[in-house]
Amino acid sequence: MKSLQRIFAIVVKEVRQLRRDRLTFGMIVGIPVIQLLMFGYAINMDVRHLNAAIADMSGTSASRQLVMDLSETQIINVVKQVSSADELEHLMRQGEISVGIYIPPDFDRRLQQPDRSAMQLLVDGSDTVVQGAAAQLAQVAQQARTSPYNDRPPIMEIRTFYNPERRSPVNTVPGLIGVILTMTMILFTAVAIVRERERGNLELLITTPLKTSELMFAKIIPYVFIGLIQVSLVLLLGHLLFHVPMAGSLLDTYIITLVFIVANLALGLLISTLASTQFQAMQLTFFILLPSILLSGFMFPFAGMPRPAQIIAEALPLTHFIRLIRGVMLRGASLQELSGELLVLGGFIVVLMTLAILRFSKRLD
Amino acid sequence: MTDLAIQAHDLCKTFGKVKAVDMLNLEVPRSRIYGFLGPNGSGKTTAIRMLCGLLTPTAGDINVLGYSIPDEAEALRLKVGYMTQKFSLFEDLTVTENLQFMGDIYTLERKLKNQRIGLAIERYELGKLAKQRAGTLSGGQKQRLALAASTLHGPDLLFLDEPTSAVDPENRRSFWEALFDLVDEGTTILVSTHYMDEAERCHALAILDKGKLVAEGSPAELQEKIQASIVIVESDEPRKVGKMLEEQSFVHSTAQVGNVLRVMVSIDQASPEIAVSDAISRAGLNVKRCSIAKPGLEDVFVAATRMKKTPA
Repeated sequence: MKSLQRIFAIVVKEVRQLRRDRLTFGMIVGIPVIQLLMFGYAINMDVRHLNAAIADMSGTSASRQLVMDLSETQIINVVKQVSSADELEHLMRQGEISVGIYIPPDFDRRLQQPDRSAMQLLVDGSDTVVQGAAAQLAQVAQQARTSPYNDRPPIMEIRTFYNPERRSPVNTVPGLIGVILTMTMILFTAVAIVRERERGNLELLITTPLKTSELMFAKIIPYVFIGLIQVSLVLLLGHLLFHVPMAGSLLDTYIITLVFIVANLALGLLISTLASTQFQAMQLTFFILLPSILLSGFMFPFAGMPRPAQIIAEALPLTHFIRLIRGVMLRGASLQELSGELLVLGGFIVVLMTLAILRFSKRLD
Repeated sequence: MTDLAIQAHDLCKTFGKVKAVDMLNLEVPRSRIYGFLGPNGSGKTTAIRMLCGLLTPTAGDINVLGYSIPDEAEALRLKVGYMTQKFSLFEDLTVTENLQFMGDIYTLERKLKNQRIGLAIERYELGKLAKQRAGTLSGGQKQRLALAASTLHGPDLLFLDEPTSAVDPENRRSFWEALFDLVDEGTTILVSTHYMDEAERCHALAILDKGKLVAEGSPAELQEKIQASIVIVESDEPRKVGKMLEEQSFVHSTAQVGNVLRVMVSIDQASPEIAVSDAISRAGLNVKRCSIAKPGLEDVFVAATRMKKTPA
């Protein structure tokens, strides 16, 4: 009972302070909205006028027709005609083109062979948007194959350079929930205790009967709600603006997000006990944020990463969350099917909270 | 229960190679204002922090209100109040919100809490400021709020670390009136200061220098026991006279007050005023008058912290 009164006192104080800190309060709403719009429109944009070069080694009417069809899509903008596959690769390495079309000398004959692809599309995979465009181009090229063979295999073989996995744009929004929460949640609590130390509040608090565990839990509670508000915003806007599907249950989505929020807040608290200034706390937060974005599978596929990077990624809450949220939102997986990942996130909470409580001392030495 | 609120025995604290507190022995009686007087860096704050369990002593034993510190520091928390040197309440909360927060942290029952807050607001003249954010208060108002907050739970013992360093004399006066009211109600107060006028108000004083206790007693006792004589010198050339006297082996220190020199002379000199006068004449300098004066607390402080020879 006494514990509750103390925890409640801190929660009320935090909310009051937060309400009066207009910039932070604005960022609670601003960060998710702005990030979603930025990422969302970037992935939603129709790709047009990608610079392309063509190496037409066959020069037949069929091949010329195909090149015309591809140009008419406006997806590509043929800037150069070259005479070898090597030249295409060279141009791509230089960054002059994002798409290379290679039509082999025996193109007409290949068209008639249903077990072989007739041509190659070289794609600069370092730009994920381009990868999406390649799929559209392949569709167009498929029409060049005469029936009854125009279903399989594809007439155009897509070779993606630099990034072997093609990703669907809808992957971004669920992942973005994780990135936004990693950014805001860790930072909120990372700064929370350090700020009180800097302002001298902590010297007062530690002379009171307030227990370390009470302080830690009370610091988390207000931000859990803020996290849930942010998630709701992203889900709502993602649904309204970008028609992000929700294959699984909304409740499951909130459950995994809640666990993830608490894990991040606990991580922030631990940072808060390590850093002695707000600046240090920020640096530590970014030290976690950057690998979270790069290694978690949000940007690059986990499977394609080298083993050491995978090991680091496994130690980041976001990695597990991305698997969970994509599972629920995109594949419609149930929590039972994902229980392993959920347990890992739960484990993070227990370990991080324990460490934070142990690290925090009610002494000044 | 003893009649001592604080007992410390051979208390030491070292930070790296620095001895912040060195073999400190203390006995603070209950219901008294006990002062720590010392220059900056003399170990006042470190000593207070050890006494309330915020710092672990390197060596020594502490007993506060019957609790062995630092082991039983948590149990002690309910019985002590601590006012930090720097204002440590929340500047973005209002006066009332800060008091409510502290009431809840000390888990006061709702009715009692509101009653105590009402009393504190009245007692420390915070009524007009109740809805004002603490950050916008003046130095004196902040100190009143901090005192109100640290006494809300009715502590038996109050630690005040340089409470009035940012307060004007008028506010300092009323602040001390409030402290005596608290003592009247049975509270023991340990206050650190480097102001003589504050030190003079304490029931008993410990003068700290470089972590060591160099003198202890009531202000009157200390002035009586001083191991030096004070000679007042009037001269047309006080700077020159002062410099010359500083070089004399029987002179501990000199201080100029207006046109007058206050000279602290070794207790070994049977007639200090004559010794001083002779020395000035020998140096061929002008002197109008030399007379013995009653030592003040500042003299006690200087004698204790700056004397060339070890005080008795």
